Amino acid sequence: MSLLDRLQQAAPALWSPEWLPRLPQRLVEILLQYFGAPGWLVTLAGFLVAAATVVAVFLSGFALLSLVERKTLARIQNRIGPNRAGWFGILQPVADGIKMLTKEDIVPAKAEWFLHLAAPILIVVPSILALGVIPYGREWVPVPLELGLLFFFAAGTLTELSVFMAGWASGSKFPMLGAMRAISQMVSYELPLMISALGVIMVTGSLSLPAIVAKQAGFHLGFIPAWNLFTPWGLSAGLIFYVASIAEANRCPFDLPEGESEIVAGHMTEYSGFKYALFFMGEYLGLFAISGLGITLFLGGWQAPLPGLGCVPSWLWFFAKMVVVIMSYLWIRGTFPRVRIDQLMRFAWLCLIPMALLTLPAAAIWHYVGGGLLGWLTTVPLLLIPWVILTVLYNRRMAPATRTYTFAES
Amino acid sequence: MSSQPINRLPSPAKWTLPGWGLLQGMVVTAQNMVQSYYRKDRMTTVQYPEQRAPISPNFRNFPFLCYDGSDPVAGLRCTACSICEKECPPQCIYIVLDRDEAGKSLKRPKVFDIDLTVCMNCGICAEVCPFDSIYMDGQYELSTDDRFGGLLFGLDRLSQSADYHMQLRPEEATEVATRRKAEEDKKLAAQAAKAAKTKAEQEPKAKEAAESQPQGESA
Repeated sequence: MSLLDRLQQAAPALWSPEWLPRLPQRLVEILLQYFGAPGWLVTLAGFLVAAATVVAVFLSGFALLSLVERKTLARIQNRIGPNRAGWFGILQPVADGIKMLTKEDIVPAKAEWFLHLAAPILIVVPSILALGVIPYGREWVPVPLELGLLFFFAAGTLTELSVFMAGWASGSKFPMLGAMRAISQMVSYELPLMISALGVIMVTGSLSLPAIVAKQAGFHLGFIPAWNLFTPWGLSAGLIFYVASIAEANRCPFDLPEGESEIVAGHMTEYSGFKYALFFMGEYLGLFAISGLGITLFLGGWQAPLPGLGCVPSWLWFFAKMVVVIMSYLWIRGTFPRVRIDQLMRFAWLCLIPMALLTLPAAAIWHYVGGGLLGWLTTVPLLLIPWVILTVLYNRRMAPATRTYTFAES
Repeated sequence: MSSQPINRLPSPAKWTLPGWGLLQGMVVTAQNMVQSYYRKDRMTTVQYPEQRAPISPNFRNFPFLCYDGSDPVAGLRCTACSICEKECPPQCIYIVLDRDEAGKSLKRPKVFDIDLTVCMNCGICAEVCPFDSIYMDGQYELSTDDRFGGLLFGLDRLSQSADYHMQLRPEEATEVATRRKAEEDKKLAAQAAKAAKTKAEQEPKAKEAAESQPQGESA
């Protein structure tokens, strides 16, 4: 069979917009098969090209986001933002990249040079690994793992290791403080993050991310998408996941590990040049990964938000949702000041984790009742308990005791 | 101990939901962002190299020398009296008096240098000048890539016309111009009066002389 025949045979699937992101992978596989490569080589090359596609998409997304973030924050503060490099500052990421690449790479004398070098590399790796298992479209799952969610959390946890590695290896006090903050914060917020994801696993009955998305297909009443977010336990878990994901991605208002006004730049203090850029890259890739997971778990992944929109390629819906989620992160960053470390920890342990734990029985009840009106009636009161307690606590008006003066007339 | 309610931000109801303040904050920032696209008064940024903010008449940066008319050499008000040179706290002014071949003062500077790197923009030179000659400039783009010659300002770069002064600080320049005009008029009037007086004194003498001369001739 000639190459042309092979291509023609694969053509209908190959050239459809749904398959567009996997076009390079399929082409490489067809080419290798044509040249008689062994099966393992075809699979390996296919995975490599699929991984390269994901990396290329998200690295350009990183470049774009670095500009969009600066522009959005500037507009929130009534500034203009970068507008010198290129048309509306469109070349700013290029300028930043050239600047980062040409800067001197400084390693402190007291640093452990190997760990100091390894940390920025290792911080990018887990984010890319985590991005690999997310289903971006109906046909676009770079690595369709059966235990995708478990893999995602296992890989994502490595970020903490590299952050601490960076802080420890720098051999100075601010990175160490930042790394300690990072460890305490990320370990604390990993718990609500995972617990809020557990409800989804319970309802879906699978750890496979494509299966979780497939479970959220369809519409209630003909127009409300059957996403997990539109269930009582899903809304609660989704909000907890959202807050915890901000903390996991080290973003404002939970950017204590960086804390540039207090501890210079936290674990990145002693880094310069391209190593510093790698930290940023890791952070933004982590942001993409965690928001991608949130979309997969609660926002229906690549499912269209309204019926009758099936003609649009599913991966476009995924990225549209990602844009919305990431813009909300920027909005929050432009609004809230950084929280204090004790407030942060108390919020995680006394507020988020109990609330996340409460979503588990709610999800279980929802699953066995079978959703519907009965599901709402049984789970909403359960989930409202912490909200009522919080509201009561919040509305307690506290004031210092009235001051009585001993010697002076008041 | 009795507790009393503390002042909170006004809330839509007596009870507020946790997180209500966060939402209000987010509405504020969203308004900022959206309105920045269509409300001119929100965007106060001046895009500097292309646009400039107007400088205040009180802005003063580096001295300049004022001259009347169009000739920067003949019209220069400076008489090289060196008062500014002596008063200058960091001593950044250097003046050499111009003299003719006979060594007589020409009442104008041959060299008048101000060193930008030393000048501290205090404006004392402008205050002490009795000839309305030196004023503080509004120029702030003085950076140069020549750190010796480019930062030493000679007569050619310091001299600015009176019109420039008028443009820079209209109020002060008008006051100076009217005062100088009045002094000039006074001086001219005095000269005219003096000339008239001498003429009046000389006229009878001349008459006498004229009368006596023909007599002498005829005699």
